[in-house]
Amino acid sequence: MIGEAAAWLIVFLPIAAFALIALARPFAGGGARVSGYAAIAAIGAAFALSIWALRSTLGHEEAVGFASHSWFVVGDPGAGRGFEMTVGFLLDPLTGIMLVVVTGVSLLVQVYSQAYLKGDASYSRYFAYMALFTGSMLGLVTARNLIQLFVFWELVGLSSYLLIGFWHGRPAAADAAKKAFIVTRVGDFGFLLALLYLFAQGPAFAAQGLNPFEIPDLMAFAPSLAGSVAAWLALGLFAGAVGKSAQFPLHTWLPDAMEGPTPVSSLIHAATMVAAGVFLVARAFPLFEAGGGAALNTVALIGGVTALMAASMALVANDIKRVLAYSTISQLGFMFVALGAGLPAVAMFHLFTHAFFKCLLFLSAGSVHHAAHTFDMRYMGGLRKAMPWTYAAALIGALSLAGVFPLAGFWSKDEVLAGAWAGGYAASLGVAQAVFWMCVAASAMTAFYAFRMIYMTFHGEFRGGIDAVPAAEKQPYEEGEHVHLHESPWVMLLPMLLLAAAAIGAGYLGNATTDVLGIPAHWFAATLHHKAGDVHIGVAVLSSVVAAGGIGLATLMYVRGVSFPAPVEAALRPLGALLRNRYYLDHLYEGLLVRRIAYRGIFLAADWWDRRVVDGAADLTAWLGRNTGRALAQLQTGQAQAYGIAAALGAAAFILAYAVVR
Amino acid sequence: MLSVVVFLPAAGALLVALAARSAGAARLIALAAVLAELGLTIALFAMFDRGAEGYQFVERAEWVPALGMQYLLGMDGVSAPLVLLNGILGVAAVLVSWRVETRARAYFAWLLILQTAVMGVFLSLDLVLFFIFWEVELAPMYFLISIWGTGRREYSAMKFLIYTFLGSAFMFAAIIALYLSFPGAERTFDMTVLAERDLTGLLLPAGLVFSGFLVAFAVKLPIFPLHTWLPDAHTDAPTAVSVMLAGVLLKMGGYGLIRINAGLFPDELRAAAPLLAALAVVNVLYGAFIVMRQSDLKRLVAYSSVSHMGFVVLGLSSLGATGASLTGVGLSGAAMQLFTHGVITGLLFVVVGLIYERAHTRHIPDLGGLMGRMPLIGAAFVLAGLASLGLPSTGGFVAELLVFLGTFSVYPWATGLAAFGVVLAAGYILWTAQRTLFGPQRPRWDAIEDATLVDVGAMAVLLVPIFVVGLYPRLLTDVFEAGLGPITARF
Repeated sequence: MIGEAAAWLIVFLPIAAFALIALARPFAGGGARVSGYAAIAAIGAAFALSIWALRSTLGHEEAVGFASHSWFVVGDPGAGRGFEMTVGFLLDPLTGIMLVVVTGVSLLVQVYSQAYLKGDASYSRYFAYMALFTGSMLGLVTARNLIQLFVFWELVGLSSYLLIGFWHGRPAAADAAKKAFIVTRVGDFGFLLALLYLFAQGPAFAAQGLNPFEIPDLMAFAPSLAGSVAAWLALGLFAGAVGKSAQFPLHTWLPDAMEGPTPVSSLIHAATMVAAGVFLVARAFPLFEAGGGAALNTVALIGGVTALMAASMALVANDIKRVLAYSTISQLGFMFVALGAGLPAVAMFHLFTHAFFKCLLFLSAGSVHHAAHTFDMRYMGGLRKAMPWTYAAALIGALSLAGVFPLAGFWSKDEVLAGAWAGGYAASLGVAQAVFWMCVAASAMTAFYAFRMIYMTFHGEFRGGIDAVPAAEKQPYEEGEHVHLHESPWVMLLPMLLLAAAAIGAGYLGNATTDVLGIPAHWFAATLHHKAGDVHIGVAVLSSVVAAGGIGLATLMYVRGVSFPAPVEAALRPLGALLRNRYYLDHLYEGLLVRRIAYRGIFLAADWWDRRVVDGAADLTAWLGRNTGRALAQLQTGQAQAYGIAAALGAAAFILAYAVVR
Repeated sequence: MLSVVVFLPAAGALLVALAARSAGAARLIALAAVLAELGLTIALFAMFDRGAEGYQFVERAEWVPALGMQYLLGMDGVSAPLVLLNGILGVAAVLVSWRVETRARAYFAWLLILQTAVMGVFLSLDLVLFFIFWEVELAPMYFLISIWGTGRREYSAMKFLIYTFLGSAFMFAAIIALYLSFPGAERTFDMTVLAERDLTGLLLPAGLVFSGFLVAFAVKLPIFPLHTWLPDAHTDAPTAVSVMLAGVLLKMGGYGLIRINAGLFPDELRAAAPLLAALAVVNVLYGAFIVMRQSDLKRLVAYSSVSHMGFVVLGLSSLGATGASLTGVGLSGAAMQLFTHGVITGLLFVVVGLIYERAHTRHIPDLGGLMGRMPLIGAAFVLAGLASLGLPSTGGFVAELLVFLGTFSVYPWATGLAAFGVVLAAGYILWTAQRTLFGPQRPRWDAIEDATLVDVGAMAVLLVPIFVVGLYPRLLTDVFEAGLGPITARF
């Protein structure tokens, strides 16, 4: 059984590494390789401790009993008239699994980053931020208090801001970082309102001796909350999750976030940041259940719409990282469908497998960039000859993503689909069916874009890489870069191969239907004490057929070079424009809402009003006062004119007010 | 003890004026004075009995017995953190003035007198003494802005003076009315005595007396629509004065609202609470809207102050609660916000001043790409900005969270609207940082140097409290609890 001090080390080792690297930077220099070692050592130790922590939670019905600590108190919270901030380490199976995923994936990414960032002048800044990022996420998943969770939630947002904007000299990176922070903060506004609304329920909690912000207290009390109260609380938290996990309508920041270094993307998309939203809903699940259909249907619908919409945008993207970004959004949508279906264990299972294959795909994309020096798939092709290991890794990732039997993605996606089909949550069956078919359609698209990506990148003839990119399309920092076709070094390949193994095996071994290799059946769901997903043969067959269809179509179009007949092509053209313009949502948000309505509308009007009317009135009063003052000043020769004027005016106003009131 | 704290900077000013032969000597003496003052305020804060309600270190002397005026100083949980804040900001102000050469003796002397005046406001418990310190602060501010300022400095200095003075006139009338309301022997200016009294049946309606104070403090804080002096004063003031102005002078308004409006007039404050909540929303949102359109860095930070001071007003309005929702959490948040905004915005002005000194412009479209040349200043800018947008682990988050928690159950809609200010703050802070610091490095900044050791000192002295309070808020919350408890208890 892990002790509390050791458990806290999981969070604070990476944060200490961040502090150490940041403080040593002025002395060791920006490029010091030792900073990478420090980060790897800290995260590696956290990984080892995380496995211990997970083992400690297995077989226990209850969370490991670490008490909470009082941090500060305002007023008299015991009587329901005040606020007590507590902090604590909540270690239950959900946390245990997240700890292992976060530290494990992060460790591999750090190892890989050593080669990827080699020679960057800000090498040590990179590892400092990565350690902070990892530590913040670990703090988030271990928080025992909802406000404590919110604190780390925001720190995760901060770290991603710093990492997306890592190359701050590039305007696109600075833009993307800002966008990520602000868009997610819109969601966090909902989270904040939920915290406030929860505090307003304080007296009811206090009557039972509970603290509304203590997660175990909140979950125990959730069934006693009025349904509408629980639903509003759940929806507030869900708004935060929608922002963090890039769900419609707040998904627009994630595709832009690829402006950060590629290993950062792999971490954001796999284990940290976007996983936080799914985790939050799973963590607060009793609240969602208490919120009933209003809460769960919303979650499922948003998830379904996002899964479909994001997958459709991935169909036409040419940037390999953009394809993967849409893919992440879509797969997160699947997780929310599972949550909405009342199956948090299934959602976590998909998060678990997705972490491996998505991280793998991003690292493969980084490896490809290492050779072709571009992310634009139109200038790739044929890379499987030069980089066979990367090809094999990416292929495994794509198969797993497409949900091909028997890879990891198949098992978890199938449980999601089966859950959506069963629709146990739905107040109205229509929602369940709609969500199920959206997921099926999204699955077909997933298989298609995954293999379109594989074919465009690795098959056919090489189309020239960065050397072939027209000068007008190049970024300033891409000047002077040249193609260097070669397989990546082992420091990069090794993490990829480990992830590839997980992308193959983590599904069946993770939640097998029967006991295998000493791992009990439905180990994952049983560990989480939640209902296991049912395997539904019909759904499995349907999803396999759909996946095969998607792969087949991609093969026809990108290997055989078959194109649609002209009338179909013409009919699809407007659809393609819609998808390439991302449903015009960026135009709507940035062009219309922010620039026109806010910046050139409301803000302009407020500024004008303030200068012309409010300040104008003050200047007018002063002008009147000055001229009165001149007259008064004739009477006296004192120098403190201003005092005189003001005193006179003040007295006049006072007398006037007095007279009026009398 | 408290007299020493109040007058030590003034003694330093005297020494600067009489003994300093050069600018270098002047700033060294000034630095010694503010460092000694900071040491004193830290010692005072450490010696302060944190759990105890009521005033400590009280000094009382007859002054004008015939009129019942006393020399009365005392410190409680409300003023203790602000006294410390004033000590911290004094050091930052002197360090950031290190390169002032024009009439340096007069400059540092005025700066030190300003610190004494503010200290006097926070520690006076006699209304006349309070009023005198309140007025004394005007002289150094007027001269510092009009002589060492930039741009339309005389206009701005005069505007500041007239606004404050007009407000003071109302306060003065209110003080006199309060005094004359009681029969001969009971007449007093002693706030501690007045706080115990039943203030119904005054010479003037209590609401009017309350409003007299309210107007004076609303100008200072500032509350819409009495705020337009602030951006002008900030824009044209020298850096150190902006630091003091945002850091402690605005806090005099917030302090007055808590000490006098809430402390003496609970019934009137309760009646005015809905109005205050509404004004708070206007301050927060309207202020933030205007920030978005500013192209001058200093003006931008000034308007962000207007927005953030709205949170103080919002926290104060939570006293309009009845029954179980009256918790004092919102008021604690308001007091906390006074402290945290002081260090955060103080730091923002320090950084803006350092940038201006180097780039010779504050016009945002002309800036950009500075991060590569000045990583330290840039990092401080980003950290101060993050604290300003309420990032957890900084003091700004704790203060705003407490304000929101305390007020939501009283005025949910006003609180919800004001809380959206946090999203807007993220917008303008990050956008400003991007336009100023990020983007390609420009050739015109090639000669720019990063912060000197002195500059680092000025930034560090403000950065440390931002994170200490953010990570360990108990340091302040306990003290505020003891100070605000008696005030909340009367509601």
